[in-house]
Amino acid sequence: MSLFSFFKKNTTSAPVARERLQVLLAHERTIVGGGESDLVAILREEIMAVIAKHLAVPQDKVQIKMDRGASVSTLEVDIEIPAALTGLRPAA
Amino acid sequence: MAKVLVVTSGKGGVGKTTSTAALGAALAQSGQKVAMIDFDVGLRNLDLIMGAERRVVYDLINVIKGDAKIEQALIRDKRVETLHLLPASQTRDKDNLTDEGVARVIEGLREKFDWIICDSPAGIERGATLAMRHADVAVVVTNPEVSSIRDSDRIIGMLDSKTLKAENGEQVEKHLLLTRYDAGRAQRGEILKVEDVLEILSIPLLAIIPESTEVLRSSNLGAPVTLGSPNSAPARAYLDAVRKLQGETLVEVQKQRGLFSKLFARRAA
Ligand SMILES: Nc1ncnc2c1ncn2[C@@H]1O[C@H](COP(=O)(O)OP(=O)(O)O)[C@@H](O)[C@H]1O
Ligand SMILES: [Mg+2]
Repeated sequence: MSLFSFFKKNTTSAPVARERLQVLLAHERTIVGGGESDLVAILREEIMAVIAKHLAVPQDKVQIKMDRGASVSTLEVDIEIPAALTGLRPAA
Repeated sequence: MAKVLVVTSGKGGVGKTTSTAALGAALAQSGQKVAMIDFDVGLRNLDLIMGAERRVVYDLINVIKGDAKIEQALIRDKRVETLHLLPASQTRDKDNLTDEGVARVIEGLREKFDWIICDSPAGIERGATLAMRHADVAVVVTNPEVSSIRDSDRIIGMLDSKTLKAENGEQVEKHLLLTRYDAGRAQRGEILKVEDVLEILSIPLLAIIPESTEVLRSSNLGAPVTLGSPNSAPARAYLDAVRKLQGETLVEVQKQRGLFSKLFARRAA
């Protein structure tokens, strides 16, 4: 990076671009080549299948959110479960 | 009920994706509910320009195939909450992009949004024809350069024949967006002048987006130029375009059109 610091004044956005691409391409290379499979897709489908097995909630009440990072990625699953299915009363 | 806007050009690399992001963000910032759809199946990029590439879970083909509902697939922008993105598929086969599937997606979105912006792929194949199919408004992105102008002319012909509007005997409202324009080079006679392009294509001018390093900087950062660099010359030009799209005034444009269409009447058909 220090090699390029000479240009830094005009190109401070380039390191951000570089980091974004590294994260993205590391992920895409595993799926576009077709060889290995897409971990997110697998998780997503299996999570959906497990939910469907235990709960009769419409598909669109399940939100799966993803955030890929350089060292850590997060997968957020948000399921709206009707009270009738859990047997719980609403808190308020 | 949403207006469907297609950002199209024929030629690749002229600024369609940049413009989709910039116009979408600017419309959303004015309080409109906006959904942007990337139609470039196999080569998606709108997610990257929007800085949403890490958040893609589902894509357009997933929705068409019924793997996901549209609400699950839309990615909501973290900066402007009325701005949403439906990414293209990166891996799946283009064959899954069906006429009927696209119609369903657009109809579903029409009820919930004010604007649906379709980022067309380059070319004149199915991806491009489906992106324009449902359009009410078209932004034809053109660079002041011969091959881009020729391809835009071809696209204008398709907007007048292959869209649902055209088939119903109506007109898609067409606007020219001249991008990557370098006034200095035009002055020196190295590239075509605005008047030249308008005269040849003979559709009203929406805006001229200057060539600017701010566009590159914003895409490096994953922000549409209208959000990442709102006071830059290209952002101001896009904001001006958005005001015109929202119907504030088209007077100046109509004047220009009148002048040039006398000289160069478009196809008689
Ligand atoms: N006004 C502009 N000034 C400078 N570069 C631009 C401008 N508009 C687009 N570009 C650059 O042109 C290239 C192609 O733009 P893109 O929006 O991806 O085109 P398309 O979607 O038509 O293929 C990108 O590198 C983009 O940063
Ligand atoms: Mg593009």
